[in-house]
Amino acid sequence: MSQQSTTYVLRGARPLGGEPADVVLRDGVVAEITAAGAADTSGAEVVEADGQVLLPGLVDLHTHLREPGREDAETVASGTRAAAAGGFTAVHAMANTSPVADTAGVVEQVHRLGQEAGWVDVHPVGAVTVGLDGERLAELGAMADSAAHVRVFSDDGRCVADPVLMRRALEYVKAFDGVVAQHAQEPRLTEGAQMNEGVVSGEIGLTGWPAVAEEAIIARDVLLAEHVGSRLHVCHLSTAGSVEIVRWAKSRGIDVTAEVTPHHLLLTDDLARSYDPTFKVNPPLRTAADVEAVREGLADGTIDIVATDHAPHTREDKDCEWGAAAFGMTGLETALSVVQETMVDTGRLTWADVARVLSAAPARIGRVDTGPAAQGRPVAVGEPANLTLVDPAARRTVDGAAQVTASGNTPFRGRTLPGEVRATFLRGRATVLDGTPVAVGEAVR
Amino acid sequence: MKHLLSTADLSKDEAVLLLDTAAQMAATQSREIKKLPTLRGRTVVNLFFEDSTRTRISFETAAKRLSADVINFSAKGSSVSKGESLKDTALTLHAMGADAVVVRHWASGAPYQLAHAGWLDAGVLNAGDGTHQHPTQALLDAYTIRRHLVGLRGGAGEGVGADLAGLKVAIVGDVLHSRVARANVALLHTLGAEVTLVAPPTLVPVGVETWPCAVSYHLDQTLAEFQPDAVMMLRVQRERMSGGAGGFFPSPLEYTRYYGLDARRLARLADHAIVLHPGPMNRGLEISAEAADSDRAVIVEQVANGVAVRMAALYLLMAGEDSAEGNDL
Amino acid sequence: MPADPTPDGTTVLGASDVSRALTRIAHEIVERAKGADDVVLLGIPTRGVTLAHRLAERLAGIEPAFDPAASTGELDVTMYRDDLRRQPTRAVGVTRLPQAGIEGRTVVLVDDVLYSGRTIRAALDALGDLGRPRAVRLACLVDRGHRELPIRPDFVGKNLPTSTSERVRVLLSEVDGVEDAVVISGREHGEGGAR
Repeated sequence: MSQQSTTYVLRGARPLGGEPADVVLRDGVVAEITAAGAADTSGAEVVEADGQVLLPGLVDLHTHLREPGREDAETVASGTRAAAAGGFTAVHAMANTSPVADTAGVVEQVHRLGQEAGWVDVHPVGAVTVGLDGERLAELGAMADSAAHVRVFSDDGRCVADPVLMRRALEYVKAFDGVVAQHAQEPRLTEGAQMNEGVVSGEIGLTGWPAVAEEAIIARDVLLAEHVGSRLHVCHLSTAGSVEIVRWAKSRGIDVTAEVTPHHLLLTDDLARSYDPTFKVNPPLRTAADVEAVREGLADGTIDIVATDHAPHTREDKDCEWGAAAFGMTGLETALSVVQETMVDTGRLTWADVARVLSAAPARIGRVDTGPAAQGRPVAVGEPANLTLVDPAARRTVDGAAQVTASGNTPFRGRTLPGEVRATFLRGRATVLDGTPVAVGEAVR
Repeated sequence: MKHLLSTADLSKDEAVLLLDTAAQMAATQSREIKKLPTLRGRTVVNLFFEDSTRTRISFETAAKRLSADVINFSAKGSSVSKGESLKDTALTLHAMGADAVVVRHWASGAPYQLAHAGWLDAGVLNAGDGTHQHPTQALLDAYTIRRHLVGLRGGAGEGVGADLAGLKVAIVGDVLHSRVARANVALLHTLGAEVTLVAPPTLVPVGVETWPCAVSYHLDQTLAEFQPDAVMMLRVQRERMSGGAGGFFPSPLEYTRYYGLDARRLARLADHAIVLHPGPMNRGLEISAEAADSDRAVIVEQVANGVAVRMAALYLLMAGEDSAEGNDL
Repeated sequence: MPADPTPDGTTVLGASDVSRALTRIAHEIVERAKGADDVVLLGIPTRGVTLAHRLAERLAGIEPAFDPAASTGELDVTMYRDDLRRQPTRAVGVTRLPQAGIEGRTVVLVDDVLYSGRTIRAALDALGDLGRPRAVRLACLVDRGHRELPIRPDFVGKNLPTSTSERVRVLLSEVDGVEDAVVISGREHGEGGAR
């Protein structure tokens, strides 16, 4: 790769929310960090970043890009463009595509589509079991060895419910330092379930999804991980009980990491009273007490990361009865804002913490934090220039139709949220400038 | 009143008005000429996504007695069974000029969506949605209770104008899956009655402690201590019994033993107490033949009252203009 | 709904006028029907019902064989109105016929104010669904004119020329808790009657 790359000077940016500085990006790396106004701007493109917070490019461990199979809801190109708009420089593409990403062929296809799109690094997640059917292991080794270099394995959307199969998967991925990301949902306890089981479900007559269906699986899995000495990642935990179990597991030294989604940090099951399927999601929105518990868990480090579980769906799949609608919400373009609203503006996380939970930690869990395409690195001279600039003072009202993602199912529609991504850089190349995605051809030239 | 979606939305005055209007409707139904010209030229669509011949016929009769045009649109053999979305169906009904839509749906909340999604501007009348609500059933139950326990007892006509203050109602059976129970708890509470739900713990929803009623796991104890004036038996679906997603109770025999209304329990009711059932009954399961056929049972009358209550609901939803101007003679 | 007990406006009939008018109507009914044997008085809610009861007492005074309780009823016409869709939803009232019914009898409809005639049209339709009287007559306390249908009262307490902008109210002690009166309000001061 010998393209002439633009030198950028991010003038007056505040790395991790600290003192303003000029940050110079050259040849794909952070070349200089100097006092604000001190950088030499000759021959460079200046990005006025006064008052903006500079973060490492965000890394999403949990994204549904829908391609191959459901290109009507999202494509790798549209989903990764939305990711860039949200400040991301890497996403992990979940395996529940059609065909399922359970072979080296499919993961390599998704990986290649990501490279062609060029918005962010796309790291395919491999399925744990063939066809997500929970019956036999997919060829995990082949996926790990493929060009896609898969390290995260998940049947997300379904739970690896069979304890023996889960044990084998946890053991098997040790050979290539992989991790099983479990979608914790006991299937029998959630048959026909539509929303959190509690006061609201009882009243509005939607089949309940008990917290215990999530917690029982997490409890089992941390014990399995301890027994076989493997690492475990818990996807989108959503209940106070789940936080407790993970906290306990970590206190025992079990190698477990956990994620929470932006929507579980902000929204509650009361929204189901509208019967608007935009609020139908798996795991379901929980109670205010659960929201408080996951915020606390994220603040004290029990929960390691925020991941979007960006789940685009077509209008057809959402403009219908609650019981017939698909589970899922989009989230790439609102994640940072929701984290600012719920955690930063409330004083529970600093911007440095945000860099940890939305970049460094997910990159480390996904094992994409080393090598030439390393993500989630510190904002420091010599590091790859994967960066995002956010204006924390901006406020915007969310409008699904105006988003970059191909689907409109944002649960934050109509809400005014703080913070706006002004620019994103992938290895020194701008993918977003002035808050707008930059056409890849333009940027690459 | 623009829609009738849930009894929880009704104020006490609205509920009493519905019952009083039903009483006047009932009076017209004993005449030789039962048809009234009230809704002439207006169109009622019966939109049934779930089979229920009884409820559909009851609504159809009610609409026709008020001279409305009735269009039956049921899931079987129409586009709604061929994957047409609720939205497209609603847009079709809107284009057809429906003035009111009576909707029965397997999905909880579907009537709410029809009323609020902006797809059509007709009044929406919930004829039973999933495990959520069935407001006209609760209204006809309340009407029947009032007629027997307020009207006949006090001798004041049909109990017109009265609420149900001081009455005690036991609702027995599968509360978890019952839209009838939810609708009745809200309405009976609004009307001032005291409600006790009686069910095995497996058939009581999580969160019931916030409902305005008491919960008991013991029918015999409830009959002895609560001394209900009315006992409402809920239908128990046989598929709930065992295996699969069922297994809510060990066997039909055991259910009947603990929660069935049989001759022995019937004999322990107060002299004035009545027995209700929304139908269709499982004789020998939740209710024995002796109980179903006894003169305390008002089950057949509930069906007749259903027409009057639905006439009242259609009248109150459809007869007036939305705007409240021009009230001169 | 009871009227404002202290209405503004002009009292055009006082309590004794109302009483005399009813007495006269009662005599006219008896005369017209050649007795009171087959007369049934059906009041149209709300005040027509009260007036029907008062007329019944007077009929009994004239013809002692006349049983007021057995010959008086009320006829709610709400569900027969042609203006339902122009109005907020009206509560449906009670219809109560004498035990012996109306078949073959002389029904006298009783209303307080006769105006457009639409209420009486609705009453005639309602009556048609209830049976077939030998004859139907109409009695009203006040006829204020402005008929919109070919309907004419048989017995009138008082003809009262009005403009359409005016409002005529009949107050009866049983219903309104004040002394009987007929009151006109909204009489325009200057140009024609916006309210």
